[in-house]
Amino acid sequence: MDTNGNLYTFIYASVLVIVVAAALSFTALQLQPLQEMNVKNEKMQNILTSVQVESTAETANEIFTKYITKSFVINSEGKELEGKQAFDINLKQEYKKKLEDRVLPLYEATLDDGSNILVIPLTGKGLWGPIWGYIALKSDMNTVFGAVFDHKGETPGLGADINARWFEEPFSGKTIYEDGKLIGIRVHKGGKGAAEAAKDTEHGVDAISGGTITSKALEEMVFDCISSYKSYLENNKK
Amino acid sequence: MSSKKLKLLSDPINLNNPITVQVLGICSALAVTVKLEPAVVLSLSVFFVLAFANVIISLLRNTIPSRIRIIVQLVIIAALVILVDQVLKAYAYDVSKQLSVFVGLIITNCIIMGRLEAFALGNKPWPSFLDGIGNAAGYGLILIIVAFFRELLGSGSLWGIQVIPDSFYNLGYENNGFMILPPMALMVVAVIIWVQRSKSKELVETN
Repeated sequence: MDTNGNLYTFIYASVLVIVVAAALSFTALQLQPLQEMNVKNEKMQNILTSVQVESTAETANEIFTKYITKSFVINSEGKELEGKQAFDINLKQEYKKKLEDRVLPLYEATLDDGSNILVIPLTGKGLWGPIWGYIALKSDMNTVFGAVFDHKGETPGLGADINARWFEEPFSGKTIYEDGKLIGIRVHKGGKGAAEAAKDTEHGVDAISGGTITSKALEEMVFDCISSYKSYLENNKK
Repeated sequence: MSSKKLKLLSDPINLNNPITVQVLGICSALAVTVKLEPAVVLSLSVFFVLAFANVIISLLRNTIPSRIRIIVQLVIIAALVILVDQVLKAYAYDVSKQLSVFVGLIITNCIIMGRLEAFALGNKPWPSFLDGIGNAAGYGLILIIVAFFRELLGSGSLWGIQVIPDSFYNLGYENNGFMILPPMALMVVAVIIWVQRSKSKELVETN
């Protein structure tokens, strides 16, 4: 058979593409529930980590329902909105909107000692792609209880380390207000910055050496996202 | 197994290594070798993709219209890579997050296209399979060696576990931040090439 004829080539290409497409769609559909479950579990685990509760992918669902006692949605004026599920909100889409139009999710955790912790989801842009995270505030709406970050594709060994515990842990105990003004958490670069970080013990943490752009992006993300919740934080201070 | 078939396996590991002799697939050798774990997982993914792509193309070799053979090869590779990516996302979510875009970039790995074009199009499935795993092993070997030295010297750890004791750091030892940067992967590859050529003289160009 002439495998170089136009008709043969054309039919060959079409059949190949259809077969491959069918095989891939089939696999994708088969695996989709598992993949969605992974994403959901990871989100729950992240929220739990920010309030310093350990969980695994298997136990995430159970522990999440136990500790996260309330999840709700507010607007930029701090008013609670009815009829929306905090967990299903696409944060990235919301931050593309103007501040007044944003629908902002919030989670409230009740820990074993009875204290209430507010968890604010974060989203921003890193060096290569999106970065996101959760920051947990104590009921004074000022002191950070814990933080967790993650990224899509930051440089391995450098910016990618924002999801390492050694980077996240120093956030605990820092405060986001300085002399009554919201400043977020400063991320100080190594070298000269290390000295600054040592002085700035109340609002500053050490950046990742070699991951300056990611570290700065993270600083910006924390400030931008917390700012959207400013009214709520100030109205609910205890 | 005949010695000719054995050579299909052993040649790409040493004398015809895709990275150090043919200088293919350098891009991923730079990108994923900062740490050992992603390097190993990427090697395994390439192993799977290359072995199966070689077999599939070899099975189809007499039917593929030669004018669109590159596109056919690409479709097969892309399909296998997406398959790997989907399976990793479903069953090894953590690793798939770590490798992120690099799995997708297997599609552009020149070794795979190179083997399909140079070997699988002209050989039977079984030799093609051997050629595929041989080349993937040669590629993976270099990736793992490079990642071993970069993680050890750059981060003081292996597989994410610290191996250089704290007492060394107290004496003034410091991790070499240079090793984390991509150019150092090239330097490590260059050292491997140097060692390899001083052992196997036949690889040294004479002109």
